[in-house]
Amino acid sequence: MIKQLSVFVENKPGRLAEVTGCLSEAGINIHALCIADTTDFGILRLIVADADAAKAVLKQRGLTVKTTEVVGVALTHKPGSLYSVLLELEKADVSIEYMYAFTSRSMEYDAIVVFCLADQKNALEKLKGHRIPFIDAEVIKNMK
Amino acid sequence: MIWNPEIETASRNRVRAVQWERLLNTANHVYKNVPFYRERLNACHLPPERWSSPGDLQKIPFTTKEDLRSYYPYGLFAVPRKEVVRIHASSGTTGKPTVVGYTRADLDMWSECVARLVCMAGGRSGDIAQISFGYGLFTGALGLHYGLEKVGAAVIPISSGNTEKQLMVMQDFETTILVCTPSYALYLSETAEKLGIDLEKLSLRIGMFGGEGHTLEMSKEIERRLGILVTENYGLSEVLGPGVSGECPYKTGMHINEDYFLLEIIDPVTGEVLPDGAEGELVITTLKKEAFPIIRYRTRDITSLHYERCECGRTSARMAKVKGRSDDMLIIKGVNVYPSQVESVIVGMEHISPYYQLVVKKDGYTDVLEVHVELVDDKLLESFSELEKLEKTVKAQLYRVLGLDCHVRLREPGTMERTAGKAKRVLDLR
Repeated sequence: MIKQLSVFVENKPGRLAEVTGCLSEAGINIHALCIADTTDFGILRLIVADADAAKAVLKQRGLTVKTTEVVGVALTHKPGSLYSVLLELEKADVSIEYMYAFTSRSMEYDAIVVFCLADQKNALEKLKGHRIPFIDAEVIKNMK
Repeated sequence: MIWNPEIETASRNRVRAVQWERLLNTANHVYKNVPFYRERLNACHLPPERWSSPGDLQKIPFTTKEDLRSYYPYGLFAVPRKEVVRIHASSGTTGKPTVVGYTRADLDMWSECVARLVCMAGGRSGDIAQISFGYGLFTGALGLHYGLEKVGAAVIPISSGNTEKQLMVMQDFETTILVCTPSYALYLSETAEKLGIDLEKLSLRIGMFGGEGHTLEMSKEIERRLGILVTENYGLSEVLGPGVSGECPYKTGMHINEDYFLLEIIDPVTGEVLPDGAEGELVITTLKKEAFPIIRYRTRDITSLHYERCECGRTSARMAKVKGRSDDMLIIKGVNVYPSQVESVIVGMEHISPYYQLVVKKDGYTDVLEVHVELVDDKLLESFSELEKLEKTVKAQLYRVLGLDCHVRLREPGTMERTAGKAKRVLDLR
């Protein structure tokens, strides 16, 4: 499991700039982020070097922030690698709330896919024994 | 404790007799000393000597804020300048302020009125009262100040602003009574929480709030946060300042100082006087003011009057919490909406703060009401659908109270105005 930051942001010019600005000032590196189409507001999801420090910084600014556990899966950069993971999820009857992927030259893997699974606790139980290359929080911590 | 049992527990007949006697005195006083009223009484053929019953008052035209403005600053004063010992003015957010004066006797009467409200709220000699209203032209601070001193409480005239210092004083000086607007009380509690101040350790026991109305829900929310008894008191500078009426711990409405004020409820559209208990606009006539008496002043405040006996032992009539101002009332798609109705839904609701704003817009020819609320609970950030569900819940609750579909917008914490004065909750962009 890896730690993800969720930040409530209003949909108006400058909001993302403020959030990223706070992290910049605190010297916190962003590894990945995702925000979907929204109406008046959205939830910004971030994977950062130090999620707890980032949460403290954003809370200090008065933002509504939460850290959640999500699933990270390591992939190699070749056709079918994501498919094989999704196939395992299907076999285990696990659905996905949302997902996003990121890559970095400094990693020992080509890419990491972040999954938020529906009913995550049970989902993980169901996935026991399936061949999925999960990564743990250490991998994120050691990323440059 | 009842400050003045003789009048506060008097029979209805006795109250009516006192009111009638003082009403005639006031009519004579203004007829003799204020050309504006003399002309009006003459125009409706009712010089004071022809008044035969209290009902005659209803034949006199109303006095409005505009009248006060057109006689700015001293045109409606009823005593020679040298008898005036204090001058206050309304905030005057729109145009010229309205100016009111007080003689020595007026100030005494004002202290008497407020002293009654202090005792009504449970205040007594030995209390330490922190007055967080802004001192200045506004009547709130000095009005409470002299009444509290009269009762024997120690007054801390800290004035408004500098919230952290307010909290320091509240802790170190062992404040027992807090005097401010309800919005500011809420903000104080929010700031205290942020600073990690243990509110349980405060000596605070009573809130005497005024300057703006607040709903029962807001009162409960502040009681919950600060762990105190919240009471509301009512007044306006045009008739005196604070001191017209106030709540006792039974909270059956605000007990009116009826020997000093005669209250009527009218239909804000037709001006017709409404029967006891009916909701409408409050009209006030002062009964004992010397420098600035006023006849049938239209307050624009919407309330109702009630006469059933209160358990506290006072026999005075009571006015309900002000629902809103007749000029605050929004008409949206033909539906009447008071900001206080929205407040009653928002305050105390899970996941959002008690702050809100109403934004009214035009979309083509249609009115659109947006209700902005602050998301403060991070628990819902797990999923977008949880936030959408919250929006839907707020919307459904508002529909239940307003009978109107509105658009609920979740905003970031801290985006709504926090104020030491009167909160501005409505933005009408039509």
